[in-house]
Amino acid sequence: MNPVNYLYLAALLFTIGGAGVMIRRNAIIVFMCVELMLNACNLAFVTFARLHGNLDGQIFAFFTMVVAAAEVVVGLAIIVTFFRSRHSASVDDASLMKL
Amino acid sequence: MSTSTGEAIQFWILAVVAVLGAIGTVSMKKAVHSALSLAGTMIVLAVFYLAQGAYFLGVVQIVVYTGAIMMLFLFVVMLVGITAADSLKETIKGQRWAAALCGLGFGILLIAGLANASLHSFAGLGAANSGGNVEGLARLIFTTYVWAFELTGALLITAAVGAMVLTHRERTQRAATQRELSEQRVREGAQVTPLPAPGVYARHNAVDIPGLLPDGTASELTVNPTLRARGQIRDVSGERLAQLAELEQRSENWLERDEHERDGGHRANGVNSANGSNGGGQ
Repeated sequence: MNPVNYLYLAALLFTIGGAGVMIRRNAIIVFMCVELMLNACNLAFVTFARLHGNLDGQIFAFFTMVVAAAEVVVGLAIIVTFFRSRHSASVDDASLMKL
Repeated sequence: MSTSTGEAIQFWILAVVAVLGAIGTVSMKKAVHSALSLAGTMIVLAVFYLAQGAYFLGVVQIVVYTGAIMMLFLFVVMLVGITAADSLKETIKGQRWAAALCGLGFGILLIAGLANASLHSFAGLGAANSGGNVEGLARLIFTTYVWAFELTGALLITAAVGAMVLTHRERTQRAATQRELSEQRVREGAQVTPLPAPGVYARHNAVDIPGLLPDGTASELTVNPTLRARGQIRDVSGERLAQLAELEQRSENWLERDEHERDGGHRANGVNSANGSNGGGQ
């Protein structure tokens, strides 16, 4: 087996995550789909590190993980704040600016 | 050049699991199920990292992602309401199909692009990992990428402060004391006494089961307002209520007859036997 298969898997996971972001309207699930996309990118990074024979790809994946952790903390705080004022986690309810 | 057969077998089995988990994340109706599917996918990805020589990242994936981040997700799901399922009504007509079509097109584009890239040989991490994977990563982080690493620290602090600021609620007025609250209750003439307890039945005694009023209807007051707002009151079904009313009617009739036959002094006895028939009558 060629390690390129890992890249195909990463592309597939990224696509599924992206479709989920567009289809779902529960903010928490949209967020989980974003996490799925980030994880797919990480898998691609790790595979590229192996293809090229150096560790830079793994360093990138490491930084992605740190940024993802920060993003999750802030994003979930926003969802909780939104839920407190609207009693809903649906992205459709964030429509204050809509006429 | 290619990988070992064992890795190929592992890949083809676990890749299916990962894709199923991803599809589950997108398609499950309840957020908890989505979170569990995503956790499964993340564990599979951790195994892939380990198989590809990224030992540090494999462990970090399990500890940070499946451990910390997914638990944070579950925590928020519990906070926001576990049954807050998605409304399945489409707000934009045909949006779902358009999104699925976009996803499909994007996937085809991405995979076709990968297929056209010349990735037929791979170097492998043997040389890079020769001094140890963690040591190699540490050397890179603290030399080449030290600036990015320090920015990461700033980012984490900002995120922590941001989360605290976002979830913090400023109190604009002094909290009312217990005395003030009780005085307010009396003044408003609302519920002065403590609220009635939820129903206790032979089969259920949970807090989401309403108690019954003397006429057999369910009392809303007996269930916690949070559960009421979420619509999580478990139904004491109408059929059961009808049965109960019938039973009570019958026992009342029986009691009347009892009272008719005996004197008033045996009333306590009659109530007892009525209760007995209540339990075993149906």
